[in-house]
Amino acid sequence: MRHGKYRFIVSFLAVPLGLYVLFVVSPNVQALIYSFTDWSGYSDEINFVGLDNYARLLADETFWIALRNNAVLLVVLPVVTIALGLLFAYLINVGGARRGVVATGLRGSKFYSAVFFFPYLLSVAIIAILWRQAYSPRGGPVPKTMAAVGVDPPTDGLLGSPETALWAVIGVAVWHAVGFYVVLFTAGLAAIPRDVFEAAALDGANRFTVFFRITLPLLWDNVQVAFVYLGIIALDFFAIVNIMTPHPEAISNSTEVVAHYLYTRAFSGDINPQYGYASAIGVALFFLTLTLAAVMFRVTRREQVELG
Amino acid sequence: MTQTVAPPRTEPAALPPKQAPRRAWRPTDAFFHVVLAGWAIVSVMPLLWAVVTAFKPNDEVFGAPFALPSEWRVDNFGRAWGGASIGQFFVNTVIVVSGALLLTMLLSTMAAYVLARYEFRGNRFLFYLFASGLMFPVFLAVVPLFFVVRNLGLLHTHLGLILVYTAYALPFSVFFLTAFFRTLPNAVAEAALIDGCSHAGVFFRVMLPMARPGIVSVALFNFLSMWNQYLLPLVLNQNNESTAVLTEGLAMLQAQQGYDADWSALFAGMVISMLPVLVVYLIFQRKIREGFVAGALK
Repeated sequence: MRHGKYRFIVSFLAVPLGLYVLFVVSPNVQALIYSFTDWSGYSDEINFVGLDNYARLLADETFWIALRNNAVLLVVLPVVTIALGLLFAYLINVGGARRGVVATGLRGSKFYSAVFFFPYLLSVAIIAILWRQAYSPRGGPVPKTMAAVGVDPPTDGLLGSPETALWAVIGVAVWHAVGFYVVLFTAGLAAIPRDVFEAAALDGANRFTVFFRITLPLLWDNVQVAFVYLGIIALDFFAIVNIMTPHPEAISNSTEVVAHYLYTRAFSGDINPQYGYASAIGVALFFLTLTLAAVMFRVTRREQVELG
Repeated sequence: MTQTVAPPRTEPAALPPKQAPRRAWRPTDAFFHVVLAGWAIVSVMPLLWAVVTAFKPNDEVFGAPFALPSEWRVDNFGRAWGGASIGQFFVNTVIVVSGALLLTMLLSTMAAYVLARYEFRGNRFLFYLFASGLMFPVFLAVVPLFFVVRNLGLLHTHLGLILVYTAYALPFSVFFLTAFFRTLPNAVAEAALIDGCSHAGVFFRVMLPMARPGIVSVALFNFLSMWNQYLLPLVLNQNNESTAVLTEGLAMLQAQQGYDADWSALFAGMVISMLPVLVVYLIFQRKIREGFVAGALK
């Protein structure tokens, strides 16, 4: 029996563990090692160069621009998406008929959640292709609409102008993500006991007071989760950039992000591959992710409200 | 949406003063509907535009973006499927995703079951090893991963993608399913063991059926993320057309488009690639929304 048990454990764990170690664990460890080498991919010769790649990274202007763009994304994407998500979730849930003083939810609330959510399920790659066409200066619906309301779209296109390109891709990411957060916050709202709102209404609180003093603090857990998830998206952002602006260097790197910069160092085909350097960028990205997680955890941890 | 109607009052005579504040809410409801319907239009319009454009003759694609097609060209889809290789990409995607999904579900339930229900040395370590995969960005691994796959001779192959998709789906799946197996009661499994059922028999005949709700949630999540995967095929296929999946293939197609391009076929291809996701969503929409949210809050 005992013997049988261990044989069973090993037989069930061997294959998943093997695959995982081979394709996930070992590449991550190798990346760390390669980041200390000058591996270029063209010769078999690999030399350890200590921290040279990291020194080069600190002096690399494009890397800093990419980092700055990630920082912009890291602020703008969560703030805008969460604001819209909260707004729509709140409107869906606090509108509608009253039972006593508490809203039962707006009519059609299921319809709205279902429609808002759908873009979230589509591949970022597909929606990036779609929106690139929609932004097309040759007659895409977005510049046409802008012209119709009296705003001149840039002649090189929204994606072809350094001033607008980053905002154009951020818009796509917001459009893609909002629905998920509407549903997330709706679930959070549903978990708040109704009598809390009832008590506030009886005390004469208006909707704004209720929202900022009661709803938002009680949703803080969900907002925290949203920040982390959107932060992860903001630190990646590869697919949108690679498809919508495949050559950020042509628009003064205004849409370059760290993940895409890493990819071009290793796989673009336009330059000699620099695997060692790309690995160092990967390690930097990992520490950025880790820092983000730690910061989010600390910042959002206080101010949680316990419902007794 | 239509103007909301006040609910029928049950005791109309008793509380006349309260009627005034209730009426006052209704205009705000209408305003809410305007805001929400506005975003609904923003959500749907680009997709609708893609669908309508997919039926247009090529020269109307950018000529009049808001107009309906002068004639509905169904043959765009045929051209996309055959000439533009969308059919090939579609078949590749189905093969890779179904293979990887089956393998992921089999391996992750096996690993999660053992980790959740058996005591042995290194159990916790292995659990955290799997879970730690959630913290590492794929970009860190992607360069060495390319060489691991190349050295195995698995670049531009379905098998290579299937194995790699599976490996990268394991951290989330094992993590989630381990938690799920821990919540299942012990008694049934113990009874089966006493009745002489083998450990593997208990797993396949007793525990798997009991774990169905958790397995379905994880499978749905994995299906969508695998169907939508872009970075891994891009790196591991290197734009090899005969093994490209939809996301990669469409991006490739768009990048190759010049001024005399077949735009309507590109749009038809986009619609084709969105369809399976739409179908899955229509069937499982509640489960998907709830499952995604529950997964996020874990």
